[in-house]
Amino acid sequence: MRPSVKFLSDDLIKKIVSEAEQLLCTLGIEMRNAQALGLLADHGAKVDREKSQVFFTPALIKKALKTSPRSFKLYDIPGKETHHFQGMQVYFTPGSAALYILDHETKEIRRPVTSDYISYAKIVSQLKYIASQSTAMIPGDVHEKISDSYRLFLSLLYCDKPVVTGTFTIESFEVMKNFQLAVRGSEKALLEKPLTIFSCCPTSPLKWSEVTSQNVLDCARYGIPVEFVAMPLSGFLAPVSLVGTLIQHTAETLSGVVLSQLARPGTPMLYGGSPAIFDIRYETTPMGAIETMMIDCAYNEIGKYLGLPTQAYISLSDAKRLDAQAGMESAMGAVLAALSGINNISGPGMIDFESCQSLEKLIVDNEVCGMTYRLLQGIEPKEDFPSLPLFQELLQEKHLLISKHTRRYLKEEIFFPGAVIDRANRARWKEEGGLDLEQRAHSEVERLIHSYKPSEMAGEIKNELITLMQTEARKYGQEKLPELRKD
Amino acid sequence: MEILMQIRDLLCQADDQQVLQLVTKAIREKISAKEILEKGLLAGMNIISERFKNHEIFLPDVLLASKAMHAGLEQIKPLLIEASIPSLGKVVLGTVQGDLHDIGKNLVGIMLKGAGFEVIDLGKGITPEKFLETAQAEQARVIGMSALLTTTMPVMKNMVALLKDKGLQGKIKTIIGGAPVTEAYARQIGADAYAYDAANAVERVKELIKV
Repeated sequence: MRPSVKFLSDDLIKKIVSEAEQLLCTLGIEMRNAQALGLLADHGAKVDREKSQVFFTPALIKKALKTSPRSFKLYDIPGKETHHFQGMQVYFTPGSAALYILDHETKEIRRPVTSDYISYAKIVSQLKYIASQSTAMIPGDVHEKISDSYRLFLSLLYCDKPVVTGTFTIESFEVMKNFQLAVRGSEKALLEKPLTIFSCCPTSPLKWSEVTSQNVLDCARYGIPVEFVAMPLSGFLAPVSLVGTLIQHTAETLSGVVLSQLARPGTPMLYGGSPAIFDIRYETTPMGAIETMMIDCAYNEIGKYLGLPTQAYISLSDAKRLDAQAGMESAMGAVLAALSGINNISGPGMIDFESCQSLEKLIVDNEVCGMTYRLLQGIEPKEDFPSLPLFQELLQEKHLLISKHTRRYLKEEIFFPGAVIDRANRARWKEEGGLDLEQRAHSEVERLIHSYKPSEMAGEIKNELITLMQTEARKYGQEKLPELRKD
Repeated sequence: MEILMQIRDLLCQADDQQVLQLVTKAIREKISAKEILEKGLLAGMNIISERFKNHEIFLPDVLLASKAMHAGLEQIKPLLIEASIPSLGKVVLGTVQGDLHDIGKNLVGIMLKGAGFEVIDLGKGITPEKFLETAQAEQARVIGMSALLTTTMPVMKNMVALLKDKGLQGKIKTIIGGAPVTEAYARQIGADAYAYDAANAVERVKELIKV
């Protein structure tokens, strides 16, 4: 039996969805995009163009949910299937779009540069329990107008895993789509084997900016999967009650679902988000708050009720260091997310309220993900009935270390984390240097960077990616890109 | 004067009804608008501000006290204008061109109003030209700019450049903030100040206007 956790009764889910639909139809959504407004109007929505306000209809919402795919797959660069977002199947991905990196040497946060991003890509390509990469950091050594596309460029060059990404401007979509066409070879091939997911974020409360709504439309045009990432803030920009926040989240996410499905019925989507409570003491939005995690798990249940695969920003931390708080908040989140069945769990590596990535934390979080996967396997009999023979053997041999039963089931039943998790007795720990978690994680960071094997991407595709990126950079006056390593 | 101390204390308790009644009474008793403002309303907000800085109270408490202050302020506003008593200063706020995020900017506006400043909030997606036009029309002393996207931060640089171009650098001060914005960036572009949160913004604006 796969263990699980549930927060909402079906009855409560129905009430929340009904209220959200009423919000959408009565108060509407502000959408600053003429093309989107036109599309919605063509399908029966009432639109006030002067106020950029759109009022949905129950029929529109129903129609969109009818064409929404209940699952979809992702594929890596060589074309192998890596993800099947469906049911209670969960996958982890690093938290994305961090402005900063935690520098191991100085213990300070700073802007990342190209070499940091390459190190990240090399590490994540080897992390067993993190199935996709994200465009995790925003390199500060390129023109800001290419800071979104440049991340995807580096990700594709250095790591084969599919990419969770997004654009910061409308203009960037073109080159980011062209990168993917270069890898897959054609629009048809990309449609058949999606390589990325684009995060599209409404602005709470109840708004879509021109950029993000255009992202939804552009992704739909090419069948590129999207994840809607609404961010209501309980007690500030959303009701303080968790149910009230869920109503708002449902409305904001459904508005994206409708837009996407009208643009292209059948576009793959993840019902996602990054809501949080608002801590009035610090005026911050803690991702590590237990209520934040509860909201994530609960809206995931609503998404599943509506028939959609889900995503959430959870399994990260508000801490400023790789410390006990970082471990505690990330692990609680990972376990809750997995038990809830959130299909795409965005968070590993991240600290400081989604603003900072840490390579060392990524290593530790990978172990948390591994432990979580073991948790999901639950407790199943392993030739335990009848058990008498096994106990007879134990009493006779005085141990079961090398019994057939142990040898058969050891690796299936027990998860053995990597060296970053300390399980040595104290004497051995001292003898091996007495390293703390961060030191052990950093040692693993260095090992993975050195053990990295370059991608086997065809030379012509690599060259095309480089040409596309150089052309894009030159548009904004950046004649030369930062030097890339030869591997 | 006892009535002014009562106004001050009731403002601290966020009792807007009582503040309104007592301010009206004080006006009837011919106490000057300036004294009501300084010894009653602003005195109360200064206590609130100290308590907030010391983490004894939090943002909602400040907002409620600010509501009480404005209840009283509305009563004496016509008298202040008549006596030509200026507000602490005018601040033009906005999220820069190309950016839609305004949570932080809204919090700054709320806190500045609570501190006694007059705030003209232009909203989102504001060009340097619009900031300048409004600041000049309103005779504002500070332009406050917010950005959440690294791609929109250059607008802040353009604003500073525009002020310099028009010979207004130093006459109209600039303060910037937002998640990707840093003190270093503020120095780099020649902005007059940077604030890391709404409360800090109030302190910095006070320094800029030398209140």
